[in-house]
Amino acid sequence: MDPFTSHTGIVATIDRANIDTDQIMPKQFLKSIHRVGFGEHAFSDWRYLPDGSLNLDFILNQPPCDKATILVARNNFGCGSSREHAVWGITQFGFRVVIAPRALDGDTVIPAFADIFRNNSGKNGLLTIELSEEEVEQIFQAAAAQPGIEMTVDLEAQTLTLHKKEGDARMAFDIDAGLKDKLVKGLDDIALTLQSEEEIATFEATHSPQLYGCTTNREI
Amino acid sequence: MAKTLYDKIWDRHVVKTLPDGQVLLYIDRQLVHEVTSAQAFEGLRLAGRRPRHPELHVATADHNVPTDEDRTIRDPIGRESVETLERNCREFGIRHYGIHDEWQGVVHIIGPEQGITLPGITMVCGDSHTATHGAFGAIAFGIGTSEVEHVMATQTIRQRKSKTFQVEYTGTLQPGVTAKDMVLRLIGEIGTAGGTGYAIEYTGAPVRACSMEERLTICNMTIEGGARVGMIAPDETTFAYIAAEDRFFAPKGKDLEEAIAFWKTLPTDPEAVFDRTLTIDVDGMAPQVTWGTSPGMVTDITCKVPQPDQVKGYARADVEKALAYMGLTPGMPIADIKVDVVFIGSCTNGRIEDLRHAANIIRGHKVADGVRTLVVPGSEAVRRQAEAEGLDRIFTEAGAEWRRAGCSMCLAMNPDKLAEGERSASTSNRNFEGRQGKGGRTHLVSPQMAAAAAVKGHFVDVREWPGIA
Ligand code: SF4
Repeated sequence: MDPFTSHTGIVATIDRANIDTDQIMPKQFLKSIHRVGFGEHAFSDWRYLPDGSLNLDFILNQPPCDKATILVARNNFGCGSSREHAVWGITQFGFRVVIAPRALDGDTVIPAFADIFRNNSGKNGLLTIELSEEEVEQIFQAAAAQPGIEMTVDLEAQTLTLHKKEGDARMAFDIDAGLKDKLVKGLDDIALTLQSEEEIATFEATHSPQLYGCTTNREI
Repeated sequence: MAKTLYDKIWDRHVVKTLPDGQVLLYIDRQLVHEVTSAQAFEGLRLAGRRPRHPELHVATADHNVPTDEDRTIRDPIGRESVETLERNCREFGIRHYGIHDEWQGVVHIIGPEQGITLPGITMVCGDSHTATHGAFGAIAFGIGTSEVEHVMATQTIRQRKSKTFQVEYTGTLQPGVTAKDMVLRLIGEIGTAGGTGYAIEYTGAPVRACSMEERLTICNMTIEGGARVGMIAPDETTFAYIAAEDRFFAPKGKDLEEAIAFWKTLPTDPEAVFDRTLTIDVDGMAPQVTWGTSPGMVTDITCKVPQPDQVKGYARADVEKALAYMGLTPGMPIADIKVDVVFIGSCTNGRIEDLRHAANIIRGHKVADGVRTLVVPGSEAVRRQAEAEGLDRIFTEAGAEWRRAGCSMCLAMNPDKLAEGERSASTSNRNFEGRQGKGGRTHLVSPQMAAAAAVKGHFVDVREWPGIA
């Protein structure tokens, strides 16, 4: 995984809440057994017209946002199916960062990202940033006023800077310390876990994963 | 200290706590299907790794398989996906139920059916509906492909503990109102993100009264409410289900007795405190029908399509978009919505009891003119059982199609799809845009409601169906 320290790129906004993984990576592209080739299919139903040509009304087809690397949307991004293909599509399209707001509905907090999506992102070097509704609104407005606006995301300092014509606007964000460390160093989870091999073996000595059941390799 | 069901199972599986506060959680079983595993196997191969415990894995092909008798996958990429799974399982020593195997089926149907799913275990699968298996009192949750590879390589997962959420049902269901309606009502109540970060435990008399298969339906749709884990404490219903014939991998005889003694220690302690609690009263609850493009967009069969500014938890613009996509106007009675296709199946409602319920409604009737009705058993074992009971003939005599097992029109990765603009009554779990085919419109309902819609050609309140009350 490529280390993520700081990144500057173009912002693209999609003004929708609850963008689910079926929209991000429609099922017909899940058949592939490979790990690459998903970028061209990200948001396929929105990006292409029924005849296969580009839908020029969709922001990711409009220069300079077709080169965007920072995606901003509304809350509960990535809900639905667990398909990691959604994250592969987003990263292979070229995105390094997705930003969404946590929203309030009465007393309940609607999170910025669905759990599984956020998890999958961290494993693929895609940074998910949760901001307040006001902050995200500010980005939407800046992007509307200045299409193709650039932003710098500094993961080490946990800040993002919106490069507006009238001057920079800066915001701070929170991130899980363990995830930050992993992204900054570009570490692979399996190698990390295998450092605990002995502890796993010790655990297995007293834990029966079969719990009285049979393992699945016996003859039936 | 008093513990919840979730705490008890979690604590037994913690290998160690990691510096960032996550734990390394031991995983007792992993289910595998073709869509989310190829890249994981490839990762193992590239790194020169082997599965640590291939015997704790079971694989099947379900998403891409055609449900016709011939079962030939014509789409070359879909075929490659299914064949790759078979090859990978052979190479890495994992039990695999291929497309022509008599035990093939949807991954979440075959786990319980074969006794792979048991109380007290941790189980994962690269599939968000893994919460289904929590119905036995297990911690079961969906993961991404990188995590599938991680579990194969280490038999553990790095995971942060969820908060706990008790959903307590009270009251008594009316005849014709089902477990599906219970869970749809919950999602309508908390929204599709309401459970994010939580592990839900379903409690209360109506849950206890559910059969094992009904419990599986409730837990299945937990993810539609945003929670990855949904559980029900094991009880006599659970034990009786596990003791049945054909549960190959479940304990037998003395082992089973010992296991039951242990499983009885799992239910939440009376003094245990949940992080959040919600009570849902099912007295007088009507059958539920979704009208939008999110499972939380749901209402009673007796209600009307809502006004865009009257939907709890959804912005006006999102509701307008959903209604436009669905081709519905506010104020229209739900019962007036006509359907083109009826789909009975999926890991939500593709078990034998679901098919019996649907057959009971359809028996002696004909499917309405112009309505295509597909009945797709969740597994080949369910299919055989249904045929032994003559259910297949009830469906075919009514004019419905009786098919082979697979995910089918739940997500339309195989040839079973809605055409642009077609409207379905579906017993599956997701009504997202395009889920059942590009431009297709999905209404989620119970098997009884779907069967009644097939006969009438539009939604009806199945509580009034002859012979139901
Ligand atoms: S039946 Fe539907 S929800 Fe269940 S595993 Fe298959 S595609 Fe997923």
